[in-house]
Amino acid sequence: MADSAVHDIPSVYEPSLFGTYSKKIGMWLFLLSDSLTFGALLYAYSYGRISTAGWPTPFHSGSIVNATIMTAFLLTSSLTMVLAVRASVHGDAKGQRLWLLATMLCGAGFIILHGREWSNLIAEGLTLPMFPKVPGHEAASEFRNVSKVVPQFGATFFTLTGMHMLHVTLGVIYLGVVALRRTFIPVLLGLWLVAWLATPAYSPFHYGAHVLLIAAIVCGIILWLKPKVYDSSDVEVAGLYWHFVDLVWMFIFPLVYLMSAKIL
Amino acid sequence: MDTIQVALAERAAEQQRHHGKALFFWVWGALLVMTAVEVILTYQNMQPGKMLTILLGLSFVKAALIIGYFMHLKYEVSRMKWLTMCSVVACLILMTIFFFPDAFRILYLGVK
Repeated sequence: MADSAVHDIPSVYEPSLFGTYSKKIGMWLFLLSDSLTFGALLYAYSYGRISTAGWPTPFHSGSIVNATIMTAFLLTSSLTMVLAVRASVHGDAKGQRLWLLATMLCGAGFIILHGREWSNLIAEGLTLPMFPKVPGHEAASEFRNVSKVVPQFGATFFTLTGMHMLHVTLGVIYLGVVALRRTFIPVLLGLWLVAWLATPAYSPFHYGAHVLLIAAIVCGIILWLKPKVYDSSDVEVAGLYWHFVDLVWMFIFPLVYLMSAKIL
Repeated sequence: MDTIQVALAERAAEQQRHHGKALFFWVWGALLVMTAVEVILTYQNMQPGKMLTILLGLSFVKAALIIGYFMHLKYEVSRMKWLTMCSVVACLILMTIFFFPDAFRILYLGVK
């Protein structure tokens, strides 16, 4: 029940301490806590990197080019996101939707390229014990013992980049809900089916695709319980989340990829 | 949203209207250029410690541009800027202090 109803005073609130609306402050607080999660993961990776002899340098020039294109995708998605926010405050609903879809497209491009990078590393033998074995694939000679001798690499690399990939995936879903609302739920279910059926059973993405199903159920419940038209403040708050995902990658890219590049 | 929340959202929207699109394109361009510089530096066979310093320096500049312009923190009230940035920096400093003795070994062990 609103305070005004309790105290019988219409809309009397103290002005916000931070001079902005509560949704935005809430998102900033969430992002601050999330930055500590990523901070801890980056520290864990760096600690392992420094203190472990024989740390693998699996990122050959093809991987670096791939990661650079991924970075360009994320940076471009931040530009399209800020243009979506701008369109929304100008009341340009069509522009807002188009820019949000462009942002989602860049995010999806990032996820696909990252998935390809993971699949290549796993096929070369850099994997985790929990991942299923790739049938008929021998580990590349340089990585044959890496999973046994330097297990910290796989553990920290896949946790850090997997956590980021999960954030990007959830970000794309978040933007999809803001841009398309209920229309996005069948799209999400379709994507889940495609991702589940198109990936081989030994791929971690075969199971990871279920994130889309869980997200479709959660988003469906939210949109059913609280159907609404998202306004410019919602788009701005979604934008904050998206830019944060971009921001975290600005540290993962140099620390994980560039510092472990294979230089011949 | 109640009246005050609506007023605050409108004020934020009003601030946004004054931003030209060009500024965002400049920031995006700068971020891309810095990324290209990072990639070029990777293949320069620099001392790992020096390279790490430069890469992290560039990452912090990129982070500042994203937070300031794309996330609009530059245009928020100073209370919000200081509280958010000081709290996260304080926590990261605490983590660094915790890891410091080992983190410092990067200068001696080297990054291969």
